[in-house]
Amino acid sequence: MNSDLRSPLNRARGLGSAKSGVHHFWMQRLTAVALIPLVIWFAVSLVMLSGADYGMARAWLGSPFVMVLLILTICIGLYHGQLGMQVVIEDYVHNEGVKLALIVAIKFIAVFFGLAAIVASMRIGFGG
Amino acid sequence: MSVANRPVHRPLSPHLQVYRPQLTSTLSILHRATGIALSAGVLYLTAWVVCASGSYEVYAKFQAFNSSIVGRFVLGGWLFCVFFHLFNGIRHLFWDVGYGFEIKDAYRSGWLVVAASLVATAISWIVGLRLI
Repeated sequence: MNSDLRSPLNRARGLGSAKSGVHHFWMQRLTAVALIPLVIWFAVSLVMLSGADYGMARAWLGSPFVMVLLILTICIGLYHGQLGMQVVIEDYVHNEGVKLALIVAIKFIAVFFGLAAIVASMRIGFGG
Repeated sequence: MSVANRPVHRPLSPHLQVYRPQLTSTLSILHRATGIALSAGVLYLTAWVVCASGSYEVYAKFQAFNSSIVGRFVLGGWLFCVFFHLFNGIRHLFWDVGYGFEIKDAYRSGWLVVAASLVATAISWIVGLRLI
């Protein structure tokens, strides 16, 4: 009984599972579930903020409850988004070098924007 | 070139171009398209928070685009992407735990997602435009 799911040819070529596919799948689902209530909350809030001016927007963004939920929404959204974009890149970009560069780039962008959102949110909330 | 590195040319199965568009495939493609749009959208959302943390003038510039005709369509379209990806994502999560795989169910949930997305988008537009 062969317990290895790889074909003999792929085993010879050294290809196959790198043992991290399940983690990607699981994190995509975990962040999806977390985003369900967060996105509903955010979409409703944003519609209710239609026409809000600078002061109203800052008052909303600076309240502790909103800061916590918005930082969660943006950071989990960025994480979920880069996981999805990674799959899109892996599907359509066939040049190994370009593929690797793009995957690294989207991960850097996600971390950069996540930190920017946290700093900006705290600057509003704590009156910087 | 060693045997290990030689590319394997296997025949490809028929792909997109030979199929008549179906609800299931269309929604699958739309899920990916809205996902890509939302990845850009979350960057734009971050830009909004960063601009709000800046001066009144910086925020006014950002809001000037949002209030323009193009900006309204972008935000309105973004809302549709949010609702579609949200509802179709829930449909995917049900599949992940093993429910709704019958063809009849896949079509029923598909049309439900389309209806819910359009209704939620329409309500958001009406409420949002009334508040402006």
